[in-house]
Amino acid sequence: MDAVLRSPADGLTGSQDPDSRAVSMKDVEKTYPIHHGSVTVFTGVNIDIRFGEKVGILGRNGAGKSTLIRLISGTEQPTRGKVTRTMSVSWPLALGGGFQGSLTGIDNVRFISRIYGLDPAQAIDYVKDFSELGKYMNEPVKVYSNGMRARLAFAISMVVDFECFLIDEVIAVGDQRFREKCQTELFERRADRAMIVISHDPDFVRTHCDRAVVIHDKRLHEFPALDEAYSFYHEHIA
Amino acid sequence: MKQATHDFLRSLSIQRRVIYALFMREIITRFGRHNIGFLWLFVEPMIFTLGITALWTAMKSVHGSNLPITPFALTGYSSVLLWRNMPVRTIAAIPPNLSLMFHRNVRVLDIYLSRLLLEVVGATMSFIFLSILFISLGMVDPPEDLLKVVWGWTMLAYNGMSMALMIGPMSERSELVDKIWHPLAYLIFPLSGAAFIVEALPAEAQKYVLYIPMVHGLEYLREGYFGSRFHAIHDLDYMAIVSTVMLIIGLLQMRIVARQVVPE
Repeated sequence: MDAVLRSPADGLTGSQDPDSRAVSMKDVEKTYPIHHGSVTVFTGVNIDIRFGEKVGILGRNGAGKSTLIRLISGTEQPTRGKVTRTMSVSWPLALGGGFQGSLTGIDNVRFISRIYGLDPAQAIDYVKDFSELGKYMNEPVKVYSNGMRARLAFAISMVVDFECFLIDEVIAVGDQRFREKCQTELFERRADRAMIVISHDPDFVRTHCDRAVVIHDKRLHEFPALDEAYSFYHEHIA
Repeated sequence: MKQATHDFLRSLSIQRRVIYALFMREIITRFGRHNIGFLWLFVEPMIFTLGITALWTAMKSVHGSNLPITPFALTGYSSVLLWRNMPVRTIAAIPPNLSLMFHRNVRVLDIYLSRLLLEVVGATMSFIFLSILFISLGMVDPPEDLLKVVWGWTMLAYNGMSMALMIGPMSERSELVDKIWHPLAYLIFPLSGAAFIVEALPAEAQKYVLYIPMVHGLEYLREGYFGSRFHAIHDLDYMAIVSTVMLIIGLLQMRIVARQVVPE
């Protein structure tokens, strides 16, 4: 049961040299309009994340962790600056996103296979098998429980063979057994990929990441080691 | 240069894939898999056109000209379907699709194009089927110049799509657009040429009516269908320029909207 559904590596620019595969943000700023004026989430963000790196993102609630991941994925556009991707980057694996509620599980898989250029039949088999949703695959996603939805979301995102996975708290779903299955699928079978992880669970970050960044006061603080990141985090935030 | 071409071709193939995926999804969400399913795509416009054609044919005496009323109604009402429903499909099209924009390659333009493509396909199939039906029943003579019919239809579709691509992004920026479009569409309907030929109007009225781009495409289309029965008045260059200007305004608006989209 291996996800061998290789998609054409879209979103790539430039050479395919493995050492140059990265995501980089240059002078990125993101602001959102609010009722009166606008609010700046962060500004002057510069970061490079290379193929194979595992990076944790820390910050308090509302600091902009999910926004950062959305900019990296290209789901949203920066207000200023530039995001360059020279490896294929997943969509943000978060709860609930990326589905059409009125479509069935199967139709959602079909849609995503078409977008990423995969064979729908193969993808459906894989997702059915992995998500263990059985006959619910033929029901609209809006009738799913949260757990079922998360299982579908995770299985679908494993279908596309990304070089960089963006993980927004999504692993903390399902029962113990399914969590373990996800861990194996993502962190063991895809251990060579880049991963960018948001988690409020320090143990999780320590287990899976090599380094971390902290978003604080509209700035991104980069640390070469996890301990430094956590001591900054505890000193300034929690 | 070679790299640029390569990038362009890859982008093109991604866009083709995305639009196809959205197109198929749109068919399922709009028509479902119940009863006749996607056949509604053209059965619905066919019912409209049939109704109007029957009504106008029955009231033939009112027009009092020697125009063949059935092809007149068929071309008139079919062409209305090409422009009136398109903005309705692009107005407020983004919010219900926000969850799909989680995927980087699904862009605002793709959502609009897939919906418009569906409208064009539906209206075109309806027009073709009804033409074949009426011709085989002997109610309508075959088009005198098929190429002109095709070209007139293409221009009407281009005009409708350009207008929809202008109005759609505007509606994301202001809710007023949605409110204004519906009454406006009602007002344009009698002026769009569906229910008259330009030749039959007083010279003064002709001058103003010819500012409306749809009129030119429809006159050209009718010239192709039954051009020997009346004198068609049209300026396709004018129509092309107006449509292209609308398209450019639309694309500029879309750049702004695309930067502000916040997927769910």
